[in-house]
Amino acid sequence: MEAAASGGCGSGPPLLLSEGEQQCYSELFARCAGAAGGGPGSGPPEAARAAPGASTAASGPVADLFRASQLPAETLHQITELCGAKRVGYFGPTQFYVALKLIAAAQSGLPVRIESIKCELPLPRFMMSKTDAEIRFGNMAELHGTKVQIPYLITEKNTFKRMDDEDKQQETQSPTMSPLASPPSSPPHYQRVPLSHGYSKLRKSTEQMHPAPYEARQPLVQPEGPSLGGPGAKPLRHQASLIRSFSVERELQDNNSSYPDEPWRITEEQREYYVNQFRSLQPDPSSFISGSVAKNFFTKSKLSIPELSYIWELSDADCDGALSLPEFCAAFHLIVARKNGYPLPESLPPTLQPEYLQAAFPKPKWECALFDSYSESVPANQQPRDLNRMEKLSIKDMADFPVPTQDVTGDDKQALKSATDEALPKDMEDSATPKDSNSLKARPRSRSYSSTSIEEAMKRGEDPPTPPPRPQKTHSRASSLDLNKVFQPSVPASKSGLLPPPPALPPRPCPSQSEQASEAELHPQLNRAPSQAAESSPAKKDIPYSQPPSKPIRRKFRPENQATESQEPTTAVGGPASVATVKPHPTVQKQSSKQKKAIQTAIRKNKEANAVLARLNSELQQQLKEVHQERIALENQLEQLRPVTVL
Amino acid sequence: MAVCVAVIAKENYPLYIRSVPTENELKFHYMVHTSLDVVDEKISAMGKALVDQRELYLGLLYPTEDYKVYGYVTNSKVKFVMVVDSSNTALRDNEIRSMFRKLHNSYTDVMCNPFYTPGDRIQSRAFDGMVTSMMIQVC
Repeated sequence: MEAAASGGCGSGPPLLLSEGEQQCYSELFARCAGAAGGGPGSGPPEAARAAPGASTAASGPVADLFRASQLPAETLHQITELCGAKRVGYFGPTQFYVALKLIAAAQSGLPVRIESIKCELPLPRFMMSKTDAEIRFGNMAELHGTKVQIPYLITEKNTFKRMDDEDKQQETQSPTMSPLASPPSSPPHYQRVPLSHGYSKLRKSTEQMHPAPYEARQPLVQPEGPSLGGPGAKPLRHQASLIRSFSVERELQDNNSSYPDEPWRITEEQREYYVNQFRSLQPDPSSFISGSVAKNFFTKSKLSIPELSYIWELSDADCDGALSLPEFCAAFHLIVARKNGYPLPESLPPTLQPEYLQAAFPKPKWECALFDSYSESVPANQQPRDLNRMEKLSIKDMADFPVPTQDVTGDDKQALKSATDEALPKDMEDSATPKDSNSLKARPRSRSYSSTSIEEAMKRGEDPPTPPPRPQKTHSRASSLDLNKVFQPSVPASKSGLLPPPPALPPRPCPSQSEQASEAELHPQLNRAPSQAAESSPAKKDIPYSQPPSKPIRRKFRPENQATESQEPTTAVGGPASVATVKPHPTVQKQSSKQKKAIQTAIRKNKEANAVLARLNSELQQQLKEVHQERIALENQLEQLRPVTVL
Repeated sequence: MAVCVAVIAKENYPLYIRSVPTENELKFHYMVHTSLDVVDEKISAMGKALVDQRELYLGLLYPTEDYKVYGYVTNSKVKFVMVVDSSNTALRDNEIRSMFRKLHNSYTDVMCNPFYTPGDRIQSRAFDGMVTSMMIQVC
C-alpha cells in the first residue's frame, strides 16, 4: 500500500518499499500519528491542522523521531524538504515514508537525494536521546530504561510470543533499533499500550528489534490467545523482557548491554545528594538508619504508605529493619523515581542493589577519612583529634545540608569557640537524635557531648579520670591549709588559676622572693625553726595558722616585734607577699565563672607548680637553715658581748 | 502444596488469608475460622511451655475428609494456619514445619518494614510471592 501511496508524492519517483520497510514505516507512521492521541486512519486531531481527509503524522512526534535518528539538523531539514512535507505542509504517509527512507540513506552514508532512495536501504535507525524525552515529558535524567515501563505494562505474554516468532523469522534483517516515538518515562496514564510496546523494544544494541511486531501492535491491545508456552529465554533476551515473570531476564540483558542508561541508574550528583541526606539522618556513613528514622524521613515525600512500604521492601535487601548507605540510596532513588511518575519495579533493579552501588560508587576519599575516624576501635585518646579532622572536613560538606541540620546548628551555640566547635555540637545533635533510635544498630559514638573547645576535648581525652576526685587531691595534697587558700581561688578561673603559681616562679632566682613563693612550705620549717629562736617562735607560730592575706600583715609586724636578724628576710618576704595577696583577690571574683574547665586546667598547672615548688622548698629549707645558723651565731655573739657591756 | 494459607492476628482477626482455588474461598475461610478454636485450645494446654520451635508448631489441628489443617503459633500469638489437600501424598511433618518456618521468616521480614504497622493487613509483595511459591506447587 505504501508503494502505491508513494504516487501521492508529487515530485518523487515511485517509492519502492520492501516488505520489512513497509511494516516498519507503517508502524512508525502509526506511532507518530497515534502519539498525538488518535489512531491511524481515525483522523487524529492534528489532522485538522493539516490537510483534512488525510491521516497525517503529527509534526511533534515526527520531529522527535527524526531527531532520534541522530542525523545533523541540516540533514533533517534537507530530508523534510525532499520528502515534500514542507511543500504540502504536513507529513502525510508518503512524505513520511520518503523521509524515513531518506533517513536510512543518510545513516548509511548516502547523500540525501531522491535518487538515493531508489536503492535498497537498511531500515532507518532511531536512537532516542535524553533531551527528546525530557522535552517531551520532562522527567528524570535517565530515561532510556526500557525496564521502567515493564512492570506496569501488564503486557500480555502473547505479544512476546508473536514477536519471538517474527524475530526468529526475520533474523536476517539488519539490526535496527526500534523507532521511538515517545520516551519511556511517561506514567501509566500517559501511555497507550501500543506506544509502550514499541518503546519497550528498544535499546538493546545487540538486539534485533524487528519492526514486524509493531504491525501487530494494534490488535494486541486485546489480550489474545497464544498459550503461555514460555517463549524461549533466548529470544526474550533479545527483546526487553517486559513481563513480570520474565523480569529475571533483565540481568541477562544487562550483561549484554552493560547497563544501559535507565531510570534506575543513580547519577553522581544524585548519589551525592542521597549521601548528604543520609548523613543528615545518621552522621556515620558506615552505620545504619533505623526504621523509624527512615520512616519519618520518607513519609515527608508524601507517597502513600503502601508504596513506601513496598519501596522499603525493595530496598532493604537484608531485611534487617535498617538502611545502610547503599540501601538508603536505593530507597531514595526509588522514591524519586516514583514521584516522577515511574512505576515501581517488581524487584530491585540491578543498578540499585547494594553491592552494585557500593562497587559503582566507591566512597570518596574524604569519606574514607571519616570512616577511619569513625571506626569503633579508635581509642579515646585519638578520638578527639580525629573529631577535629572530621569536623573540619564535614563542615565543608555540611554546607549544603538541608534545613534540618542548619536548624540544629543554630540551636547548639553554647560556648562555641571556633568553627570546628560549631561542627562538634551540630554533629553531636545529629548523632544524638539518631543515636537514641540506633541503639541497636549504630555503633556507639563515644564522643564527649559536653566539650566546648578542642583543647578541652583533647585534654579530656588525655585525662580520662574524672575531675571530681582531683580537687580532693589538691586538697589532700596540700601540706597546709595555706596551700589550699593559695590555690583555691585560682582553681575555678581557667586563666587566672595560672597566675598565683607563675608569680611564684619568676621570683625563684631571688632567694628573698622565692621565700615568698614557698611561704606556705616555710611555715612548717618556721615552726621548727623557732625552736632555735625563742623570741620569734611565738610570732612565727601564729603565722602558719593564719591566712596568707593576713600573713604579710603579720610579717610586716614581725620587723617591729623581732630583732633585725629576721627583718631582712621578713621584709623582703612581706613586700612581695603583699603583691601576692593582691592577686588572689581578683581571682576570687573570677571564681564563679567557668569553674569546671578552670579547675581542670588549674589542676594541671598546680601539679606542675607543685613539682616546681617542691624543688623550691628543698632549696629554701637549706637556705633557711643557713640563715638560722647565722642568726644563732649572731645571737651567741650578742650574748657574749652583753655580759661584757652589762658588766 | 498448601491449598490455603492464613495469618491470624493475636486478636483472632485475619491479617492475611489466601487460597489457591479461588472458587471455594469461603469454605476455606470458614475452615480457618473453626480451626482457631483448636489453636486456642492447644495454646492453653501448653501452659508456660518453653518457647522453641517444637512448641510453636502445633501440628495437625483437625482433619476433614478432604483437607487437613495445620497450625503454628508465634511468640506474639500470631497464628499461621495452613490447609492442605488430603489427597496429596501425605506430606511429612517436617515439610509442614519447614513451610511454617518459611512463613514465619517472611512474616518477620514484613514486620521489619517500618511502614508496616502491626495489625494491618499484610500487603507485602515479597510475602505474597513466598506464599504463592508454597501454594503453587499444588498445580
